[in-house]
Amino acid sequence: MTSSISTNSSTKETSTGLMAKLSGLRNLHVVIGILLLATFYVSVCNLAFAEGSALHVSDYTVSLFGKYLCYALLALAVDLVWGYCGILSLGHGAFFTLGGYAMGMYLMRQIGDRGVYGNPDLPDFMVFLNWTEMPWYWAGSDSVLWMVAMVFIGPGILAYVFGMLAFRSRVSGVYLSIMTQAVTYALMLAFFRNEMGFGGNNGLTDFKEIMGFSLQSPSTKLGLFIITALVLAVAYVVCHYIVNSKMGRVVTAIRDAENRVRFVGYKPEDYKVWIYVVSAMIAGLAGALYVPQVGIINPGEFSPLNSIEMVIWVAVGGRNSLYGALIGAIVVSYAKTRFTAIMPEAWLFALGGLFVLVTLLLPKGIAGMLPGIMDKLKGKNAPEEEATASEPSATDNSATENKGSEVKS
Amino acid sequence: MIVDKTGTPITETENIQPDTRHGVILYVEDVSVSFDGFKALNDMNLYINDGELRCLIGANGAGKTTLMDVITGKTRPDTGKVSFGQQVDLLQLDEAEIANAGIGRKFQKPTVFEQLSVFENIELSLKGNKGIWASLFHKLNGEQNDRIAEILHTINLIQERNYPAGRLSHGQKQWLEIGMLLAAKPRVLLVDEPVAGMTGQETERTAELLTSLAGEHSVVVVEHDMAFVRSIARTVTVLHQGSVLAEGTMSEIQSNPEVIQVYLGEEQG
Amino acid sequence: MLRINALRMITMRLIVLRLAIVLLSVFVCTHTYAQDNTNQTDSSLALSNIAKQLPKAKLSKMPPLVKQLGAIKDPKSRLILESLLEGELYYERSGFAIVRAQMNDDKKYVLSYLLTDAQQQTVSKSKIKKIRTNNRLRGQIRDVLAKLDLTDPDSSVRIEALKQLIDKPNDSAIQTIKELLAEEKDEDVNHLMQVILQVQLLKTGDDQQKLAAVEILKTSLEPAVKNMLTQQLAVLPKKPTDQQQIVLKKAITDALDTIESKRQFYGVVENIFFGLSLGSVLLLAAIGLAITFGVMGVINMAHGEMIMLGAYTTYVVQLIWPHLIEYSLFIAIPLAFLVSGSVGIIIERCVIRFLKGRPLETLLATFGISLILQQLVRTVFSPLNRQVAAPEWMSGSLQINPVFSLTYNRLYIIIFSLMVFFALLTFFKKSSLGLHVRAVSQNREMARALSIKSDWVDAITFGLGSGIAGVAGVVLSQLTNVGPNLGQAYIIDSFLVVVFGGVGNLWGTLVAAMSLGSINKFLEPITGSVLANIIVLVGLVLFIQKRPKGLFPQKGRSAD
Repeated sequence: MTSSISTNSSTKETSTGLMAKLSGLRNLHVVIGILLLATFYVSVCNLAFAEGSALHVSDYTVSLFGKYLCYALLALAVDLVWGYCGILSLGHGAFFTLGGYAMGMYLMRQIGDRGVYGNPDLPDFMVFLNWTEMPWYWAGSDSVLWMVAMVFIGPGILAYVFGMLAFRSRVSGVYLSIMTQAVTYALMLAFFRNEMGFGGNNGLTDFKEIMGFSLQSPSTKLGLFIITALVLAVAYVVCHYIVNSKMGRVVTAIRDAENRVRFVGYKPEDYKVWIYVVSAMIAGLAGALYVPQVGIINPGEFSPLNSIEMVIWVAVGGRNSLYGALIGAIVVSYAKTRFTAIMPEAWLFALGGLFVLVTLLLPKGIAGMLPGIMDKLKGKNAPEEEATASEPSATDNSATENKGSEVKS
Repeated sequence: MIVDKTGTPITETENIQPDTRHGVILYVEDVSVSFDGFKALNDMNLYINDGELRCLIGANGAGKTTLMDVITGKTRPDTGKVSFGQQVDLLQLDEAEIANAGIGRKFQKPTVFEQLSVFENIELSLKGNKGIWASLFHKLNGEQNDRIAEILHTINLIQERNYPAGRLSHGQKQWLEIGMLLAAKPRVLLVDEPVAGMTGQETERTAELLTSLAGEHSVVVVEHDMAFVRSIARTVTVLHQGSVLAEGTMSEIQSNPEVIQVYLGEEQG
Repeated sequence: MLRINALRMITMRLIVLRLAIVLLSVFVCTHTYAQDNTNQTDSSLALSNIAKQLPKAKLSKMPPLVKQLGAIKDPKSRLILESLLEGELYYERSGFAIVRAQMNDDKKYVLSYLLTDAQQQTVSKSKIKKIRTNNRLRGQIRDVLAKLDLTDPDSSVRIEALKQLIDKPNDSAIQTIKELLAEEKDEDVNHLMQVILQVQLLKTGDDQQKLAAVEILKTSLEPAVKNMLTQQLAVLPKKPTDQQQIVLKKAITDALDTIESKRQFYGVVENIFFGLSLGSVLLLAAIGLAITFGVMGVINMAHGEMIMLGAYTTYVVQLIWPHLIEYSLFIAIPLAFLVSGSVGIIIERCVIRFLKGRPLETLLATFGISLILQQLVRTVFSPLNRQVAAPEWMSGSLQINPVFSLTYNRLYIIIFSLMVFFALLTFFKKSSLGLHVRAVSQNREMARALSIKSDWVDAITFGLGSGIAGVAGVVLSQLTNVGPNLGQAYIIDSFLVVVFGGVGNLWGTLVAAMSLGSINKFLEPITGSVLANIIVLVGLVLFIQKRPKGLFPQKGRSAD
């Protein structure tokens, strides 16, 4: 193996970087292709086949898939900071929920006078609390543009402020993880209070319509599902670009040897804040897409357990690989749906067991096993790999394989 | 505030030009550092001339690594002044800014980015804008590609260019780190124990390389291997208990009674 | 083994403390009995003499009899008087024995003999006749009873009687107090008597007397004093012209200010006390975490569940030995230590040791374990909260002065957590195992080279940290409900304590826990507990800016 690399690289020196990129691109096309095909398939089956047909996909299932795609988007965000930058955020639920609240506020205003109290100006819960006017931060919440902006700005500002404070003072490792968890915990406590003006315990719910489309109608549900899939595809491309740019390499370097990066002249804290903010915004976006599909947002979403579940999606799927995050989110969420339906008490046992097993036995997740499986399928000998070398070496291997075939042709 | 020769403030640290009209590029004056009462550096005074090759020797705990930590911004001294040329106060800059200003460092324990390839390690170290947006939209140009190839050639890692750096041998990692230093085109190179773990042949090549670098760069080498020091040294500084004990050519040092006493004392103890 | 000894020592000390209290009360009781015995023959003679007269006495002849009864220092005479006051004093038509008669549900009367030890018996109304009283007589009886209380040998009875009087003083009681004041040796009782007299003077005296009373009363924190002062201030004209009134008004205002500032002072002291008790709980919860984090560099996210297991151990102990509630904590503390400690060792051996050098993975794995443990408890004990009983000796409070008291449970918790702290400190300083643990925490490689079995040290450390968490659980079971989520509430707080205090220094943990507890308690009344939590959190994030390694960082090159 070793000799083949060196002979190849000596024969055609400059092609390797290019080839790695090409293989990355192919990878990108495959993921996006599968995603779009699946979306198309679900949509067609939902519309074209009547209920009762074997091929019919029910409206409920469409919504469920929509929810999974939101989770996948969220997992992408977690993977970006954890897999690539080594920041184990146990508080990404905070960004997700903030994005969700931004959307929820907008949907709340869309209810208009159709609420229980029929007040055209105030959402129900404010009437219930005997408030006479809307708090200042609700101003503008009836505009779509404002909502879209807040979906990014809310989580972005939180991530920026926290990141500046934490990364500047070089808080890292478990310290940082617990701090992020403490932040989402504090937010949960705060949002539970009625005085916060976000509906307290009950959160925001009873939504009627989004941009004039009824949230109850199947076509809106399908539309939301398709939009989520498209947003996920775009986000995937963006993340793919980031991790394959020089930026991505700096970030990986920070993950492996932060101090060394400093002495090369990069400011790790700036990079960390940047990637943290980007990740937070993606998480916020996921939350915003999630809320109209499930019809409610409440402070329970801030719960630290939720944030940790996101981490386990990425761990199961394989961190340091973007498609791994998608796989993990969907597989674990699907398992959760099945488990909680069949035996609800067992879910926490299963989840807990998953944490332990994945960290002990599967540090690279499903994505880490894929290259080996593919090789076996192709009938080739699995490349000898050190236990420590992970994703980059894996792409490296595939790159050399591709190159081998190219040389032959 | 950092100003350039004409007195205008410099915002980008990579544009810093140290003022070396007096021939000195690095001033370390009256610097003291203590850890929990232990004085790692004790009123240290050290001047490195522009373009010279200087060897620092001294027993363990003499303050060699702490001195490098202070110069590169890793440790803040309790008192004293450190400046790059006459006008650039290094104590106001952080590690990244100091690196960008033109002071490169090779660590005692070779630290490279193990998950990245050898090529990428060099790429990241290239002199240039190290900001976020620049990195995000960065494309290697032909000149930079050539430069990387040239460095890979110099450090003899052409064949391993696509290896993850973690798979290199100890000696190769030392070389890669030197290569990363070269890529940054620093004015001053601080090299901590460059030949530890190298074979005799590799050591010889390292000596050659470091000697050839002097002149264009100022090189400060910390080394325990006295044969190696003798082979490259022009001026040697002996550190003892956090301050400079003696300074001079190798033969002057070897005949210095204080140095002999300290070293013999060490051996007897 | 040393740690078990340390715990046993703590338990012993508590037992000794209890024993001392019990002995003291026994002593007080026997003391009073001894006094009674000397007068017994005299008093019983006098009593039976009066008792003979009572049935035949006319109302007009009653007052001297009551007076005589009051002069007899005997519980029986007191009982007679009380029965008379409540209209339950009768005599049997046959034999004229005086009895206390209480009507039962069948409209029959239950008789208790007041002078003889004869059995109770139930009779119809026709067998007995009531001894009559009127309002004036009842007033006299009350005075006599008050005087009896005020001369009671037990000072706490006297204080209680005086406290009754301070709110509703009457002339005859004041008179009695005046008579008794000179002979009163007990300082507290004496002080209280003075206060009552002065309050009375303040109410009824002339301006000169009032002024003198104010001077004395400004040192008293009794609520009645404050009320009376406020009342007097209100009585005075708004802009007094009389010179004396001006002086008086100023004196009263000053006195009120003095009292108010004292009350505020004690309010602060009380807050500190609450803060320290919260801090002690935090200390107990966090110190195990600090140890494992300091030595192994890993965060055990299941630490909260170790606390929970300790709390459930207490619950189970009380379930198995319901008749031993008083001693349940002494059983539960070592047991909880063992239960949580062994679970900790199992976790370390089965999971954590395979994740060496990967702290973030350890965090995730232990989080998984915490989920499993929570669900396990839910399955075994139900998801509902369980009530753990508090032993008698944990309830009640220590009254320092009228506005400030220390509740015993908080007091014991503070003492206990400090004992645990110092026991740990001694363990780390003095024992060879402690030395090994410290060596591993400072430089694992070097310790290994010195043939310290770092694996073994890890397991013991983890067991120790978890065991202490279990002990913390026992303590927490006395303060809150025991439920599956008990631990989760404390893991973040505990971690903040560790962050604040710095790693690898137990003193840091102590200071951090106590200050975080106090800060919380001082903020709470101002901002509410949720906001207080948030403020503390934000404050801590900012603190880390200045001191990334906590209050007491380990310095030196090896630290990073």
